[in-house]
Formats: sequence, C-alpha cells, structure tokens
Amino acid sequence: MLTLNINGQEHRIDAAPDMPLLWVIRDLVGLKGTKFGCGIAQCGSCTVLLNGVAQRACALPVSAAVGQEVTTIEGLDDKVGQAVKAAWEEIAVPQCGYCQSGQIMTATGLLTTKPNPTDKEIADMMSGNICRCCTYHRINKAVRLAADKLA
Amino acid sequence: MDTQLTKVSRRQFLLAGLSGGIGLTLGMSVPALAKMGEAGPGLAGTDKAGAALAPNAFVRIGNDDRVTVVAKHLEMGQGTHTGMATLVAEELDARWSQVEVIAAPADADRYNNLLWGPAQGTGGSTAIANAYEQMRQAGAAARAMLVQAAAQRWQVSTDEITVQDGMLKHDASGRRASFGELADAAAQLPVPETVELKSPERFRLIGKDVVRKDLTAKIDGSAIFTQDIERPDMLVAVVAHPPRFGAKLAGFNDNEAKKRPGVRAVVKIPSGVAVLADHYWAAQQGRSALSIQWDETAAMSIGSDEIFADYRDYLDKAGTVARNDGDADRVLAESTDVIRTDYQFPFLAHAAMEPMNCVIEQQADGSVELWYGAQIQTADQAAVAKVLGIEPPQVRINTLFAGGSFGRRANPAADYVVEAAEILKAIEGIAPVKLVWSREDDMRSGWYRPAYMHRVEAVLDQQGMPKAWRNRIVGQSIITGTPFESALIKDGVDITSVEGASNLPYAIPDLKVELHTTQLPVPIQWWRAVGSTHTAFATEVFIDELARTAEKDPVEYRRALLREHPRHLGVLDLAVKHSAWGRPLAKNRGRGVAVHESFNSFVAMVAEVTVADDGRYSVDRVDVAVDCGIAVNPDIVRAQMEGGLGFGLCAVLESEITIEDGAVVQGNFDGYTVLRSNQMPDVRVHIVPSTEAPTGVGEPGTPVIAPAVASALSSVTGKRYDKLPIRRA
Repeated sequence: MLTLNINGQEHRIDAAPDMPLLWVIRDLVGLKGTKFGCGIAQCGSCTVLLNGVAQRACALPVSAAVGQEVTTIEGLDDKVGQAVKAAWEEIAVPQCGYCQSGQIMTATGLLTTKPNPTDKEIADMMSGNICRCCTYHRINKAVRLAADKLA
Repeated sequence: MDTQLTKVSRRQFLLAGLSGGIGLTLGMSVPALAKMGEAGPGLAGTDKAGAALAPNAFVRIGNDDRVTVVAKHLEMGQGTHTGMATLVAEELDARWSQVEVIAAPADADRYNNLLWGPAQGTGGSTAIANAYEQMRQAGAAARAMLVQAAAQRWQVSTDEITVQDGMLKHDASGRRASFGELADAAAQLPVPETVELKSPERFRLIGKDVVRKDLTAKIDGSAIFTQDIERPDMLVAVVAHPPRFGAKLAGFNDNEAKKRPGVRAVVKIPSGVAVLADHYWAAQQGRSALSIQWDETAAMSIGSDEIFADYRDYLDKAGTVARNDGDADRVLAESTDVIRTDYQFPFLAHAAMEPMNCVIEQQADGSVELWYGAQIQTADQAAVAKVLGIEPPQVRINTLFAGGSFGRRANPAADYVVEAAEILKAIEGIAPVKLVWSREDDMRSGWYRPAYMHRVEAVLDQQGMPKAWRNRIVGQSIITGTPFESALIKDGVDITSVEGASNLPYAIPDLKVELHTTQLPVPIQWWRAVGSTHTAFATEVFIDELARTAEKDPVEYRRALLREHPRHLGVLDLAVKHSAWGRPLAKNRGRGVAVHESFNSFVAMVAEVTVADDGRYSVDRVDVAVDCGIAVNPDIVRAQMEGGLGFGLCAVLESEITIEDGAVVQGNFDGYTVLRSNQMPDVRVHIVPSTEAPTGVGEPGTPVIAPAVASALSSVTGKRYDKLPIRRA
C-alpha cells in the first residue's frame, strides 16, 4: 500500500509502484479532471503539480509522488490557480476542453515559479502542452492576463 | 459542368444506406412546428427531465425557471451547444443565465440534420446553417405559449404582454411572472401552428458574444468526456491491432497476459485481440504481454514513396473530367509557354487530444446503451445494431463532449464504435466495456486525410492573365463505399476530392479539372475542411505563381479575376485592409495572401513571415477576414478562425503521416509533430457584417493558411513551394 497526498487529502492506494501517477489519480482515486493524451509526456494533458511544480503524471511512477503534495485541477484553489482560471474564463480559452486542465496546471506552475514572465517566456513555457483545437492564441493571452493581475 | 456542384451537393446529402433508403433530400426544409416532434425521452431514458413545459423536442422549461435546450449536434469544441442555445433563447427571450444545454439522444426522427435528410449527425460545418430557423422556431413556440398563458391568467390581450430576460410583463397593470411560474399553465395550451420570428434588428443574443455554456466546466475540470465515464463493474478494453494495413490475426497466446494483475479476459474480435481489465494500465500491461502471430500474406507492402511515384505517373494521363469550360487541352497543347507545377500532400492524422474511445453496456431488455462523443449517431446506431443483431432504435446513445474530432469521430464505418460492440459481443454482454485507444492506436489505426497530388498548368494572355488552366488531381476517394456515395459521387467524380478546385472562382475562359481516383488499403476519411485542405493550396499557390510570373501584385491579380464574386472580393479586401499590405518589410520578412470558399463561407488571409538564414521560419501575424453570413456568436467565429488556421498550420510546418512497408511510421506526438504555443501567430479576425443566412465556421479557416504562408515565403525567398509540409523555407 502507498500513501498519496492529493489535494490535501491522504489516500491509501493498492498499486504497483511503477503504475503511472495519471492512472492512479484517474482509475484508482477517481479524479477525472486530469486527462490522458499521449502516455509519453509529449502533450501535457496529464499535468499536475507536485509541491507546486508542474509534472507530467502519465510518465511518472506513482512511487515518485509519495511524500509530496499532489495538486490536480479539482484541488487548484491557491491564489495563482484562481487567477489563472479567472483569466481562462475572461479570455474564453477552451474549445473542446480536453487539454485545458493540463494547460491550466502548467500555467499555474509557471506563474508560481516565475511570477512575471515575458511574452516569449510564456509561449515557450506553454509549448510543452498541445492543444489540437489550437487555442494557443488565447492561452498565451490568458497567461499574460493572469500574470498582470497577480503582479 | 455545373461549377456550383459542390455547393448544391452540400445541401443534398443522401443517406440511403443509413436508414433504409429514403430518397434524395432536395434542399433543406424546416419541418412545420406540429411535426417538430414532442419532447424526446431525454438523456439515458429519463423523461423530459421533470420539465413542466416541453412544447417540442428542443426546449423544456421547468417550474424552477430553468430553460433546457436539447442540442442535436455534437459539441466537439466548435461551440455548437452555445449556438443552439443562443438561437432558442433569442426567440424565447430567455435570460442567458437561466439557459442550460443537454445533448439530444440518438433519434433521427426528432434530431436529424436538416441538410442531411433522415440522419442525425454533425459535420460539414452545417450545425448552425441547418438549425438556424428550426431552433428559433422551437424557442418562439415556447414563448408564444407562455405569453398565451399569461394573457389568460391576467385576463389581458397577448399583445399587451412583453417578454424580456425570462420575465413576462403587463406594463399597464404592473403584473409580472417568470417562465417557471407560467410553465404549468402554458403546458395545457396547444402548440401554435405557426410563429413569427424576430427580424435581425431585434436580436439581443444573436450577434453578441454570449458566454459559452461549456466554458466553466472546461476550466474547473468537471466536464465529462468518454474517458471519464464509469459504470458499475465496467472493464477497460485495449485492442492489439495488426501492425500493417491488410494483415490479419493468425493466432495468439494469452497465457502471460492473463497472469497480469487486473486482467479479466482476452478475446478475439474481427479487428484484433482485446484485453479487458479492471483499469487502463492493467489492460495495457496485459496487451504488452500478448504473443500474437499476424498473417501478413495480404498485407500492404508499399509505402508513401511508392504511392507518390505511382501518383506522379497518373499526372501525365488525362483523368475523369470534373469541370470543362472551353478547351483548355487545346490551348495548352498549342502553347510553348505553359506554366506548370506539381503539388504533393501527405497523409494526415486527426490526432484529436482525446484518443478514440467508447463505453458500451448491455441492458436487460436487449438494448445496448453507449456513452461517447457520437458524431453521426444514425450511422453508428445502424452499425452497432448490425454487429449485435438488434434494431437501430435499440442502440441508445448518450452523446458526450468530444475531446476534439476534426472529422475523425464522424467515421462512416463507425470503426471504433463497432470495435466496442464486437468486444461486448465477445464477452456476451456480461460487463460494461470502455474501449480506450492509446495515442499509438489512434495514430496508427488509419482513417487519414488521403495523400494527394495535383498538377496545375496554365497559359497566360498578353496581359499576363490566365487564359487556360488545367488542374489534374490524384488520390483516394473518401466517399466511395460510404452511405454518402450516391449524393457525393457524380459521373465518377468524388466531389470531396475536387471541391475547391472544380468550383475555382477565377475568370479563366478555358478551364479543366480532372480526377484520378486511386485505390489503396489505407483507411481514409474527411479531415477538417476535407477537399479544400489540398485544393486551396494547389490553386492559390499556383495563382500566386502566375501573378509573380506576370509581375503583378498578387492581391490586384486576384481582384481582376474575381470581379463576378463579390463575397470573395469582400473578404479579400477586408483582410488586405487590416493587414499592412504593400508597406515595406525587412529583407527577411514577407507577406502572402490567399482567399478560398468552403462550406459556403468565404475566408481570406494575409500572413506575415520571418525567414532565418538557415531556412527556419516563423509565421508572425495573420489577418483573417471571414464572411459566414450572420455571425451568431462573433467570439466563437473568431475562435474557430484562430483554431482553424492553427490546425491548418500544423500541416504547413511539420505534420505528416508516412507509410513504410504497409505500416505507419509515426506513433505519437514525438513523430507526428503538431503546432505548439510558441509557433502560434498573432491572429486578428475580421468578420464581414452580413444579413445572409449563417454558414459554417468550423472548417473554412483551416485550408487558407497554407497557401497564405507559402505565398509569404515565396515573397522572401523567390522559391516555389509545391509540397506540404514546408520544413524549411
């Protein structure tokens, strides 16, 4: 049995240590906001925060998350996360929406570690997350807006 | 040849194969209100969701004042749920915040696409176009009944009652009532035979940027996709497919797979071997422990290189005629100055963010219930019914949000839905099944935008304007073998192979378009904007080349040839006006232009690029002008132009599916690279004000970016771009 701290709650989980954190979160814990897109850390749909740092859950063995604070989209309620979500609403970013949890987690991780990024830094930092609807224009604008509001 | 064929046929889909051979649907007619259907059975068998007033299949009003719009179209990102709700709420005079949207059940009698005849489905950028009047009538009927109920209760005339933001008012007496307060009384009244719709100047929601109904759920993580569905005792299935197209299962050993923790069953199905487990990871582990022998005797053995070599041979031969004005063959044969370019387009994957998946469950009464992002519900019902030996109405579909589609989920063979049904059949329905494809399954299992080649040839007159043009197209037919065949294949020409080329708007006296339809074992399908994804590039890049040859400005050149096409001219002029066209740029920067009609909408783009010394380039800014008739929600129109051109830009910069020895090389986003946030240009969308009926916006933005970028690159490098993707300028 493993113990995971997800969104401030302890979960006792019966999983092989090499099971990816993504599938533990989705299929064993039952939190569905974190998405599966590629399975090889290429698209970012599965992004969660580990101690505030954005990580790809699909390629991270669950054992690596033990003893850390895992935050998923469902538990994103700190000041930065709220500002990012508010900016996403204001700019009306999502289309199909499937990648947006990962986009929002990446943006939150970025603004947590680097509060006042340049536009180029935003576009580069967000480039690890694919959006096939190509909402990038609005993603970049929304991160800028959130950064400006937090400043 | 009728150059409007594409346009006409878009409005004449025949789906004979889908529902038993009902004749050609000629044009679109909005059903009379009385025939609009009663309130449907609703989601998963619940009856009209407890609503007090349900005057037709599309609107329900509860005593709690909630207005529920039943959306007949799949929400896959294009904003159609919001669009449907806007149309209903406009005529109902509802308060936007009281309106919510649910997906319609699969029921072609009530929820058919009016442009497709007797079939329910979403595609061809038809949602708003077909539902524009129907949804407004649905809302207007409910409004009329509420007004009547208020008039009776207050003992006043109906024309003394006003409705605004979900409240009915009688100003003289100061009486007021909400929709919810009047719903029960209204439900006792007959549904009106006819209703009067608002004239556009009275619109309060149409034409405004109302907030998307799915916005918040797609930000806080609560939106439910197929991948998120759980059913009691459900098993997750993954399938091992043949590695090469045309290979078959010879045998397999599942001893090791069955030992993996969580694996519950391994079954043979027509498309491969399915592993069922408690969850996805266990199923994946089980699949990788399978030992499978494939029979490759009938497998495809060639690849993209051989395919293109074969296609090049076809370019030298005359094909089936798709359009023939004048005598282009003669003019070309007699000229010593023929300008000619061959263009090449690879296979492309849709690669929606949510890989294909489907949940299916056997019910005790013999029916089955499904949960997924269904795009052509009627075709899927027929296909699943056939597999399971039941009737199509016994296939009950809960249409969920789709995590993107770009055409993929409108599969005419219902491929992955059929696969889910086959798995359910193989386990005799003992547990609900969630079929989940990995990214690699999604990318390697086929259904691509076909590879194509074009040859375009022209002869210029003394003034440098084209007097003859011949466009020969080579590629697979998407429509052959689908229920759309009798409507979309005319005289041996698949309209989707030539659309955008056969209706070329430019005034050229001798003009011929020919098609060679090839056959390959590669499964192919429509990909956002379908034929225009290649025809817009070949025709627009070639027009640009003619303008350069004639040493004329590419915008002026097009204008001169588009005199009879005011809507093409309108978007061209608007995009040019907002771009800095004509203003000087640094030596390594350039602008390019393209204009194209698809799905009855008109789009022009001016793209600005920067080319580095090593040939790497960036697309910096794009001015888009769109004429889609009335823009029901301008912000969603802008979003579709931004995203649509981004989707098209993937195919310019780097996306490409290559086949070697009958197998697809790329398996994931490391090989099939797509546009990223740091490659997205600054996009400015300009909408042509219009009172024309609304037309599509989901697809028309996609095909125009590639020729605009190629034109911009040529203006810097002087080179000709005849192949996608363009990896280096």
